[in-house]
Amino acid sequence: MTEFTTWDILRNLLLAARWTVVLSLVSFIGGGLIGLLILSSRISKRRAPRIFAKGYIELFQGTPLLMQLFLAFFGLGLFGVNVPAWLAAGVALILWSAAFLAEIWRGCVESIARGQWEASASLGMGRLQQMRHVILPQALRIAVPPTVGFSVQVVKGTALTSIIGFTELSKAGTIVTNATFQPFTVYGLVALIYFALCWPLSKSSQILERKLNVAHRGH
Amino acid sequence: MSLIAVTEVRKRFGSNEVLKGIDLDVEPGEVIAVIGKSGSGKSTLLRCINGLETINGGSIMVAGAQLLDDEVHLKALRLKVGMIFQQFNLFPHLTAGRNVMLSQMVVKKAKREVAEAMARRQLERVGLAHKFDAYPDELSGGQQQRVAIARALAMEPIALLCDEITSALDPELVAEVLAVVRELAAEGMTLMMVTHEMAFAREVASRVVFMHEGRVHEIGPPAELFAAPRTPELQRFLGLVHS
Repeated sequence: MTEFTTWDILRNLLLAARWTVVLSLVSFIGGGLIGLLILSSRISKRRAPRIFAKGYIELFQGTPLLMQLFLAFFGLGLFGVNVPAWLAAGVALILWSAAFLAEIWRGCVESIARGQWEASASLGMGRLQQMRHVILPQALRIAVPPTVGFSVQVVKGTALTSIIGFTELSKAGTIVTNATFQPFTVYGLVALIYFALCWPLSKSSQILERKLNVAHRGH
Repeated sequence: MSLIAVTEVRKRFGSNEVLKGIDLDVEPGEVIAVIGKSGSGKSTLLRCINGLETINGGSIMVAGAQLLDDEVHLKALRLKVGMIFQQFNLFPHLTAGRNVMLSQMVVKKAKREVAEAMARRQLERVGLAHKFDAYPDELSGGQQQRVAIARALAMEPIALLCDEITSALDPELVAEVLAVVRELAAEGMTLMMVTHEMAFAREVASRVVFMHEGRVHEIGPPAELFAAPRTPELQRFLGLVHS
Protein backbone atom coordinates (compact mmCIF):
# COMPACT_ATOMS: atom_id res chain seq x y z
CA MET A 1 0.00 0.00 0.00
CA THR A 2 1.20 3.44 -0.86
CA GLU A 3 1.99 5.83 1.93
CA PHE A 4 0.71 9.39 1.59
CA THR A 5 2.52 12.24 3.26
CA THR A 6 0.57 15.24 4.52
CA TRP A 7 2.17 17.22 1.72
CA ASP A 8 0.77 14.77 -0.85
CA ILE A 9 -2.67 15.29 0.61
CA LEU A 10 -2.38 19.04 0.82
CA ARG A 11 -0.99 19.36 -2.68
CA ASN A 12 -3.89 17.45 -4.17
CA LEU A 13 -6.39 19.45 -2.18
CA LEU A 14 -4.83 22.73 -3.23
CA LEU A 15 -4.95 21.69 -6.88
CA ALA A 16 -8.67 21.01 -6.50
CA ALA A 17 -9.15 24.26 -4.58
CA ARG A 18 -8.34 26.07 -7.82
CA TRP A 19 -11.68 24.84 -9.12
CA THR A 20 -13.44 26.08 -6.02
CA VAL A 21 -11.93 29.49 -6.69
CA VAL A 22 -12.80 29.43 -10.39
CA LEU A 23 -16.37 28.29 -9.72
CA SER A 24 -16.78 30.94 -7.02
CA LEU A 25 -15.55 33.68 -9.33
CA VAL A 26 -17.72 32.54 -12.22
CA SER A 27 -20.79 32.29 -9.97
CA PHE A 28 -20.18 35.62 -8.33
CA ILE A 29 -19.49 37.55 -11.51
CA GLY A 30 -22.18 35.80 -13.55
CA GLY A 31 -24.60 36.10 -10.67
CA GLY A 32 -23.74 39.78 -10.36
CA LEU A 33 -24.50 40.46 -14.02
CA ILE A 34 -27.78 38.55 -14.03
CA GLY A 35 -28.53 39.99 -10.60
CA LEU A 36 -28.30 43.48 -12.12
CA LEU A 37 -30.88 42.51 -14.73
CA ILE A 38 -33.15 41.03 -12.08
CA LEU A 39 -32.67 44.14 -9.96
CA SER A 40 -33.67 46.45 -12.80
CA SER A 41 -36.85 44.44 -13.40
CA ARG A 42 -37.52 44.29 -9.68
CA ILE A 43 -37.56 48.09 -9.39
CA SER A 44 -39.09 48.72 -12.81
CA LYS A 45 -42.04 51.05 -13.18
CA ARG A 46 -43.94 48.39 -15.10
CA ARG A 47 -45.79 45.63 -13.34
CA ALA A 48 -44.92 42.55 -15.40
CA PRO A 49 -41.12 42.68 -14.97
CA ARG A 50 -41.58 43.46 -11.27
CA ILE A 51 -43.71 40.38 -10.74
CA PHE A 52 -41.34 38.20 -12.75
CA ALA A 53 -38.33 39.36 -10.72
CA LYS A 54 -40.16 38.91 -7.45
CA GLY A 55 -41.15 35.38 -8.42
CA TYR A 56 -37.62 34.56 -9.53
CA ILE A 57 -36.11 35.79 -6.28
CA GLU A 58 -38.66 33.98 -4.14
CA LEU A 59 -38.18 30.75 -6.09
CA PHE A 60 -34.41 30.71 -5.67
CA GLN A 61 -34.43 31.92 -2.10
CA GLY A 62 -37.19 29.52 -1.13
CA THR A 63 -35.60 26.29 -2.36
CA PRO A 64 -32.35 24.65 -1.23
CA LEU A 65 -29.34 25.23 -3.45
CA LEU A 66 -28.86 21.46 -3.51
CA MET A 67 -32.23 20.97 -5.18
CA GLN A 68 -31.38 23.63 -7.73
CA LEU A 69 -28.16 21.75 -8.49
CA PHE A 70 -30.03 18.47 -8.84
CA LEU A 71 -32.60 20.03 -11.14
CA ALA A 72 -29.92 21.60 -13.30
CA PHE A 73 -27.95 18.36 -13.45
CA PHE A 74 -30.63 15.66 -13.66
CA GLY A 75 -33.58 17.74 -14.79
CA LEU A 76 -32.13 18.66 -18.18
CA GLY A 77 -31.00 15.08 -18.55
CA LEU A 78 -34.64 14.05 -18.68
CA PHE A 79 -34.98 15.97 -21.93
CA GLY A 80 -32.08 14.08 -23.38
CA VAL A 81 -29.67 16.96 -22.82
CA ASN A 82 -26.44 15.67 -21.39
CA VAL A 83 -25.26 18.27 -18.93
CA PRO A 84 -21.69 18.00 -17.68
CA ALA A 85 -21.29 18.55 -13.94
CA TRP A 86 -19.27 21.76 -14.33
CA LEU A 87 -21.97 23.32 -16.48
CA ALA A 88 -24.82 22.37 -14.16
CA ALA A 89 -22.80 23.62 -11.18
CA GLY A 90 -21.99 26.90 -12.89
CA VAL A 91 -25.52 27.57 -14.11
CA ALA A 92 -27.19 26.70 -10.81
CA LEU A 93 -24.78 28.79 -8.76
CA ILE A 94 -25.03 31.76 -11.12
CA LEU A 95 -28.84 31.75 -10.99
CA TRP A 96 -28.81 31.27 -7.21
CA SER A 97 -26.32 34.12 -6.63
CA ALA A 98 -28.28 36.37 -8.96
CA ALA A 99 -31.41 36.00 -6.83
CA PHE A 100 -29.63 36.87 -3.59
CA LEU A 101 -27.56 39.70 -5.04
CA ALA A 102 -30.62 41.26 -6.68
CA GLU A 103 -32.43 41.23 -3.35
CA ILE A 104 -29.45 42.66 -1.46
CA TRP A 105 -29.07 45.44 -4.01
CA ARG A 106 -32.76 46.20 -4.09
CA GLY A 107 -32.57 47.03 -0.40
CA CYS A 108 -29.63 49.35 -1.12
CA VAL A 109 -31.43 51.14 -3.97
CA GLU A 110 -34.57 51.56 -1.91
CA SER A 111 -32.63 53.00 0.99
CA ILE A 112 -31.83 56.04 -1.15
CA ALA A 113 -34.16 58.86 -0.13
CA ARG A 114 -37.13 59.54 -2.41
CA GLY A 115 -36.05 63.16 -2.63
CA GLN A 116 -33.08 62.07 -4.73
CA TRP A 117 -35.44 60.62 -7.34
CA GLU A 118 -37.65 63.70 -7.23
CA ALA A 119 -34.82 66.19 -7.46
CA SER A 120 -33.20 64.42 -10.39
CA ALA A 121 -36.59 64.02 -12.12
CA SER A 122 -37.35 67.71 -11.67
CA LEU A 123 -34.05 68.48 -13.41
CA GLY A 124 -35.31 66.60 -16.46
CA MET A 125 -33.45 63.31 -16.08
CA GLY A 126 -35.00 60.13 -17.42
CA ARG A 127 -35.16 56.98 -15.34
CA LEU A 128 -31.96 55.46 -16.69
CA GLN A 129 -30.09 58.72 -16.22
CA GLN A 130 -31.35 58.97 -12.64
CA MET A 131 -30.18 55.43 -11.98
CA ARG A 132 -26.82 55.88 -13.64
CA HIS A 133 -25.85 59.27 -12.20
CA VAL A 134 -27.73 59.69 -8.94
CA ILE A 135 -29.10 56.49 -7.44
CA LEU A 136 -26.54 53.80 -8.24
CA PRO A 137 -23.45 55.76 -7.23
CA GLN A 138 -25.01 56.18 -3.78
CA ALA A 139 -26.49 52.68 -3.56
CA LEU A 140 -23.19 51.14 -4.61
CA ARG A 141 -21.40 52.43 -1.54
CA ILE A 142 -24.03 50.94 0.72
CA ALA A 143 -23.97 47.71 -1.25
CA VAL A 144 -20.27 46.95 -0.97
CA PRO A 145 -20.17 45.38 2.54
CA PRO A 146 -23.20 43.06 2.14
CA THR A 147 -22.09 42.08 -1.35
CA VAL A 148 -18.61 41.11 -0.20
CA GLY A 149 -20.25 39.32 2.72
CA PHE A 150 -22.40 37.35 0.33
CA SER A 151 -19.36 36.23 -1.65
CA VAL A 152 -18.48 34.10 1.40
CA GLN A 153 -21.79 32.28 0.95
CA VAL A 154 -20.92 31.67 -2.68
CA VAL A 155 -17.55 30.11 -1.82
CA LYS A 156 -19.17 27.81 0.72
CA GLY A 157 -22.03 27.11 -1.67
CA THR A 158 -19.63 25.63 -4.20
CA ALA A 159 -19.04 22.74 -1.78
CA LEU A 160 -22.47 21.39 -2.67
CA THR A 161 -21.48 20.89 -6.27
CA SER A 162 -19.32 17.95 -5.14
CA ILE A 163 -22.56 15.98 -4.84
CA ILE A 164 -23.27 16.15 -8.56
CA GLY A 165 -19.68 15.13 -9.20
CA PHE A 166 -17.89 18.40 -9.86
CA THR A 167 -14.33 17.96 -8.61
CA GLU A 168 -13.67 20.96 -6.45
CA LEU A 169 -12.24 21.11 -2.96
CA SER A 170 -14.90 19.06 -1.13
CA LYS A 171 -15.05 16.38 -3.80
CA ALA A 172 -11.27 16.17 -3.78
CA GLY A 173 -11.46 15.74 -0.01
CA THR A 174 -13.69 12.72 -0.45
CA ILE A 175 -11.49 11.23 -3.16
CA VAL A 176 -8.31 11.71 -1.15
CA THR A 177 -9.97 10.25 1.96
CA ASN A 178 -10.95 7.15 0.01
CA ALA A 179 -7.33 6.68 -1.00
CA THR A 180 -5.64 7.53 2.29
CA PHE A 181 -8.17 6.49 4.97
CA GLN A 182 -7.27 9.59 6.95
CA PRO A 183 -10.61 11.45 7.03
CA PHE A 184 -9.74 13.65 9.97
CA THR A 185 -6.53 14.97 8.47
CA VAL A 186 -8.04 15.38 5.03
CA TYR A 187 -11.27 17.10 6.01
CA GLY A 188 -9.40 19.16 8.58
CA LEU A 189 -7.20 20.46 5.78
CA VAL A 190 -10.23 20.97 3.54
CA ALA A 191 -11.87 23.07 6.24
CA LEU A 192 -8.68 25.09 6.70
CA ILE A 193 -8.48 25.84 3.01
CA TYR A 194 -12.10 27.01 2.97
CA PHE A 195 -11.34 29.15 5.98
CA ALA A 196 -8.32 30.64 4.25
CA LEU A 197 -10.55 31.56 1.31
CA CYS A 198 -13.50 32.89 3.30
CA TRP A 199 -11.93 34.61 6.26
CA PRO A 200 -10.24 37.40 4.29
CA LEU A 201 -13.54 38.01 2.53
CA SER A 202 -15.65 38.31 5.67
CA LYS A 203 -12.92 40.34 7.34
CA SER A 204 -12.80 42.79 4.45
CA SER A 205 -16.58 43.00 4.53
CA GLN A 206 -16.40 44.05 8.18
CA ILE A 207 -13.66 46.57 7.53
CA LEU A 208 -15.53 48.05 4.59
CA GLU A 209 -18.67 48.30 6.65
CA ARG A 210 -16.89 50.19 9.38
CA LYS A 211 -15.10 52.44 6.89
CA LEU A 212 -18.23 53.37 4.96
CA ASN A 213 -20.14 53.94 8.17
CA VAL A 214 -17.62 56.19 9.85
CA ALA A 215 -17.11 58.30 6.76
CA HIS A 216 -20.71 58.21 5.69
CA ARG A 217 -20.21 61.05 3.31
CA GLY A 218 -20.13 60.87 -0.41
CA HIS A 219 -16.41 60.99 -0.94
CA MET B 1 -50.90 84.47 -22.52
CA SER B 2 -50.35 82.98 -19.09
CA LEU B 3 -47.10 81.19 -18.47
CA ILE B 4 -48.69 78.58 -16.25
CA ALA B 5 -52.38 77.83 -16.73
CA VAL B 6 -53.93 75.50 -14.20
CA THR B 7 -57.51 74.57 -15.13
CA GLU B 8 -59.95 72.55 -13.04
CA VAL B 9 -57.14 70.40 -11.66
CA ARG B 10 -58.14 67.52 -9.42
CA LYS B 11 -55.91 65.15 -7.52
CA ARG B 12 -56.87 62.19 -5.36
CA PHE B 13 -54.77 60.03 -3.09
CA GLY B 14 -56.93 56.94 -2.77
CA SER B 15 -60.34 58.17 -1.69
CA ASN B 16 -58.92 61.41 -0.33
CA GLU B 17 -59.38 64.26 -2.80
CA VAL B 18 -56.56 66.69 -2.12
CA LEU B 19 -57.17 69.11 -4.99
CA LYS B 20 -60.81 69.77 -5.75
CA GLY B 21 -60.70 71.73 -8.97
CA ILE B 22 -57.96 74.33 -8.96
CA ASP B 23 -57.94 77.23 -11.42
CA LEU B 24 -54.92 79.47 -11.48
CA ASP B 25 -53.16 81.50 -14.14
CA VAL B 26 -49.64 82.74 -13.61
CA GLU B 27 -48.35 85.53 -15.85
CA PRO B 28 -44.69 85.81 -16.86
CA GLY B 29 -42.69 87.61 -14.19
CA GLU B 30 -45.28 87.12 -11.48
CA VAL B 31 -44.36 85.99 -8.02
CA ILE B 32 -47.12 83.86 -6.55
CA ALA B 33 -47.08 83.00 -2.86
CA VAL B 34 -49.23 80.02 -1.95
CA ILE B 35 -50.29 79.97 1.67
CA GLY B 36 -52.60 77.79 3.71
CA LYS B 37 -52.75 75.23 6.48
CA SER B 38 -50.84 71.98 6.12
CA GLY B 39 -53.01 69.51 4.26
CA SER B 40 -54.69 72.24 2.22
CA GLY B 41 -53.07 70.87 -0.95
CA LYS B 42 -50.55 73.63 -1.63
CA SER B 43 -47.50 71.37 -1.94
CA THR B 44 -49.50 68.88 -4.00
CA LEU B 45 -50.45 71.65 -6.41
CA LEU B 46 -46.79 72.55 -6.91
CA ARG B 47 -45.83 68.92 -7.35
CA CYS B 48 -48.56 68.49 -9.97
CA ILE B 49 -47.25 71.44 -11.96
CA ASN B 50 -43.83 69.78 -12.06
CA GLY B 51 -45.29 66.40 -12.96
CA LEU B 52 -44.12 64.74 -9.75
CA GLU B 53 -47.76 63.82 -9.16
CA THR B 54 -50.15 62.77 -11.92
CA ILE B 55 -53.39 64.70 -11.95
CA ASN B 56 -56.75 62.93 -11.99
CA GLY B 57 -58.64 65.67 -13.81
CA GLY B 58 -58.30 69.06 -15.45
CA SER B 59 -55.26 70.31 -17.31
CA ILE B 60 -52.00 72.11 -16.74
CA MET B 61 -50.36 74.14 -19.49
CA VAL B 62 -46.88 75.56 -19.18
CA ALA B 63 -45.83 78.08 -21.83
CA GLY B 64 -48.52 76.79 -24.14
CA ALA B 65 -47.56 73.12 -23.86
CA GLN B 66 -49.85 70.70 -22.12
CA LEU B 67 -48.53 68.61 -19.27
CA LEU B 68 -48.84 64.95 -20.24
CA ASP B 69 -47.70 61.98 -18.25
CA ASP B 70 -45.04 60.46 -20.46
CA GLU B 71 -41.31 60.81 -20.25
CA VAL B 72 -40.90 62.97 -23.35
CA HIS B 73 -43.51 65.54 -22.33
CA LEU B 74 -42.44 65.51 -18.70
CA LYS B 75 -38.85 66.15 -19.67
CA ALA B 76 -39.85 69.05 -21.92
CA LEU B 77 -41.90 70.51 -19.08
CA ARG B 78 -39.16 70.11 -16.51
CA LEU B 79 -36.70 71.91 -18.73
CA LYS B 80 -39.02 74.93 -18.50
CA VAL B 81 -39.97 74.69 -14.84
CA GLY B 82 -37.40 74.16 -12.11
CA MET B 83 -38.26 72.98 -8.64
CA ILE B 84 -36.68 73.54 -5.24
CA PHE B 85 -37.53 71.32 -2.31
CA GLN B 86 -37.89 71.69 1.43
CA GLN B 87 -35.19 69.07 2.05
CA PHE B 88 -32.74 70.55 -0.54
CA ASN B 89 -32.17 67.09 -2.08
CA LEU B 90 -28.65 67.84 -3.21
CA PHE B 91 -26.80 64.80 -4.54
CA PRO B 92 -24.58 63.91 -1.56
CA HIS B 93 -21.96 62.07 -3.61
CA LEU B 94 -21.17 65.12 -5.74
CA THR B 95 -19.57 68.46 -4.93
CA ALA B 96 -21.66 71.63 -5.08
CA GLY B 97 -20.19 72.39 -8.49
CA ARG B 98 -20.85 68.89 -9.82
CA ASN B 99 -24.40 69.07 -8.46
CA VAL B 100 -24.99 72.10 -10.64
CA MET B 101 -23.17 70.60 -13.64
CA LEU B 102 -24.72 67.14 -13.66
CA SER B 103 -28.11 67.74 -15.22
CA GLN B 104 -26.70 70.17 -17.78
CA MET B 105 -24.34 67.48 -19.01
CA VAL B 106 -26.75 64.57 -18.73
CA VAL B 107 -30.00 66.17 -19.86
CA LYS B 108 -28.87 69.00 -22.10
CA LYS B 109 -25.69 67.18 -23.23
CA ALA B 110 -23.72 70.33 -22.50
CA LYS B 111 -19.96 70.10 -22.83
CA ARG B 112 -18.06 69.85 -19.58
CA GLU B 113 -16.45 73.30 -19.90
CA VAL B 114 -19.75 74.91 -20.76
CA ALA B 115 -21.49 73.22 -17.84
CA GLU B 116 -18.70 74.18 -15.48
CA ALA B 117 -18.75 77.81 -16.57
CA MET B 118 -22.52 77.88 -16.07
CA ALA B 119 -22.17 76.21 -12.66
CA ARG B 120 -19.61 78.78 -11.54
CA ARG B 121 -21.85 81.59 -12.77
CA GLN B 122 -24.92 80.27 -10.95
CA LEU B 123 -23.04 79.56 -7.73
CA GLU B 124 -21.68 83.09 -7.93
CA ARG B 125 -25.24 84.34 -8.30
CA VAL B 126 -26.28 82.69 -5.03
CA GLY B 127 -23.09 83.85 -3.34
CA LEU B 128 -21.36 80.47 -3.17
CA ALA B 129 -18.68 80.66 -5.85
CA HIS B 130 -16.08 79.72 -3.23
CA LYS B 131 -17.92 76.50 -2.36
CA PHE B 132 -17.61 74.95 -5.81
CA ASP B 133 -15.57 72.00 -4.52
CA ALA B 134 -17.41 71.50 -1.22
CA TYR B 135 -19.58 68.44 -0.68
CA PRO B 136 -23.16 68.98 0.53
CA ASP B 137 -22.40 67.70 4.04
CA GLU B 138 -19.74 70.38 4.38
CA LEU B 139 -22.32 73.11 3.81
CA SER B 140 -24.89 74.62 6.13
CA GLY B 141 -28.58 74.12 5.40
CA GLY B 142 -28.87 77.61 3.98
CA GLN B 143 -25.88 77.06 1.73
CA GLN B 144 -27.25 73.71 0.57
CA GLN B 145 -30.53 75.31 -0.35
CA ARG B 146 -28.72 78.04 -2.27
CA VAL B 147 -26.80 75.37 -4.19
CA ALA B 148 -30.14 73.71 -4.95
CA ILE B 149 -31.37 77.03 -6.34
CA ALA B 150 -28.22 77.38 -8.44
CA ARG B 151 -28.72 73.82 -9.68
CA ALA B 152 -32.26 74.63 -10.82
CA LEU B 153 -31.20 77.94 -12.39
CA ALA B 154 -28.43 76.28 -14.37
CA MET B 155 -31.10 74.59 -16.49
CA GLU B 156 -32.33 78.08 -17.44
CA PRO B 157 -35.97 77.51 -16.52
CA ILE B 158 -38.64 80.09 -17.31
CA ALA B 159 -40.30 79.52 -13.95
CA LEU B 160 -39.28 78.22 -10.57
CA LEU B 161 -41.42 76.30 -8.11
CA CYS B 162 -40.37 76.58 -4.47
CA ASP B 163 -41.87 74.08 -2.06
CA GLU B 164 -41.46 75.44 1.48
CA ILE B 165 -37.81 76.03 0.78
CA THR B 166 -37.06 77.62 4.15
CA SER B 167 -39.09 75.31 6.38
CA ALA B 168 -36.24 72.90 7.11
CA LEU B 169 -33.79 75.68 7.93
CA ASP B 170 -32.64 77.01 11.26
CA PRO B 171 -34.15 80.49 11.76
CA GLU B 172 -30.83 82.29 11.34
CA LEU B 173 -30.34 80.67 7.92
CA VAL B 174 -33.71 81.64 6.46
CA ALA B 175 -32.69 85.17 5.53
CA GLU B 176 -29.84 84.18 3.21
CA VAL B 177 -32.13 81.93 1.16
CA LEU B 178 -34.92 84.50 1.02
CA ALA B 179 -32.39 87.11 -0.10
CA VAL B 180 -31.59 84.95 -3.12
CA VAL B 181 -35.28 84.49 -3.92
CA ARG B 182 -35.89 88.21 -3.55
CA GLU B 183 -33.14 88.88 -6.06
CA LEU B 184 -34.60 86.36 -8.52
CA ALA B 185 -37.97 88.06 -8.20
CA ALA B 186 -36.37 91.43 -8.85
CA GLU B 187 -34.73 90.03 -11.99
CA GLY B 188 -38.16 89.12 -13.30
CA MET B 189 -38.09 85.33 -12.75
CA THR B 190 -41.55 83.80 -12.56
CA LEU B 191 -41.87 82.23 -9.14
CA MET B 192 -44.49 80.14 -7.50
CA MET B 193 -43.73 79.49 -3.88
CA VAL B 194 -45.44 77.63 -1.10
CA THR B 195 -44.36 79.44 2.02
CA HIS B 196 -45.00 80.08 5.68
CA GLU B 197 -42.99 83.30 5.60
CA MET B 198 -45.90 85.76 5.61
CA ALA B 199 -43.72 88.84 5.86
CA PHE B 200 -41.77 87.69 2.84
CA ALA B 201 -44.94 86.91 0.89
CA ARG B 202 -46.29 90.36 1.68
CA GLU B 203 -43.08 92.01 0.55
CA VAL B 204 -42.24 90.08 -2.61
CA ALA B 205 -45.37 88.43 -3.97
CA SER B 206 -47.38 90.00 -6.77
CA ARG B 207 -50.33 87.82 -5.77
CA VAL B 208 -51.09 85.61 -2.82
CA VAL B 209 -53.11 82.42 -3.13
CA PHE B 210 -54.81 81.17 0.00
CA MET B 211 -55.65 77.48 -0.27
CA HIS B 212 -58.18 75.81 1.95
CA GLU B 213 -59.38 72.21 1.78
CA GLY B 214 -58.17 71.61 -1.76
CA ARG B 215 -59.52 74.81 -3.27
CA VAL B 216 -58.22 78.28 -4.04
CA HIS B 217 -60.15 79.99 -1.31
CA GLU B 218 -58.95 83.52 -1.80
CA ILE B 219 -56.56 85.16 -4.22
CA GLY B 220 -55.31 88.71 -4.63
CA PRO B 221 -52.46 91.17 -4.20
CA PRO B 222 -50.81 90.79 -0.78
CA ALA B 223 -51.76 94.29 0.34
CA GLU B 224 -55.46 93.49 -0.11
CA LEU B 225 -55.36 89.92 1.06
CA PHE B 226 -53.44 90.51 4.23
CA ALA B 227 -55.07 93.82 5.12
CA ALA B 228 -58.65 92.80 4.42
CA PRO B 229 -59.16 89.04 4.27
CA ARG B 230 -62.71 88.44 3.03
CA THR B 231 -63.34 84.90 4.22
CA PRO B 232 -63.45 83.77 7.86
CA GLU B 233 -61.03 80.90 7.01
CA LEU B 234 -58.33 83.29 5.87
CA GLN B 235 -58.98 85.60 8.82
CA ARG B 236 -58.59 82.65 11.13
CA PHE B 237 -55.48 81.44 9.29
CA LEU B 238 -53.82 84.85 9.46
CA GLY B 239 -54.72 85.22 13.11
CA LEU B 240 -53.28 81.80 13.67
CA VAL B 241 -49.97 82.56 12.07
CA HIS B 242 -49.64 86.02 13.60
CA SER B 243 -50.14 84.86 17.16
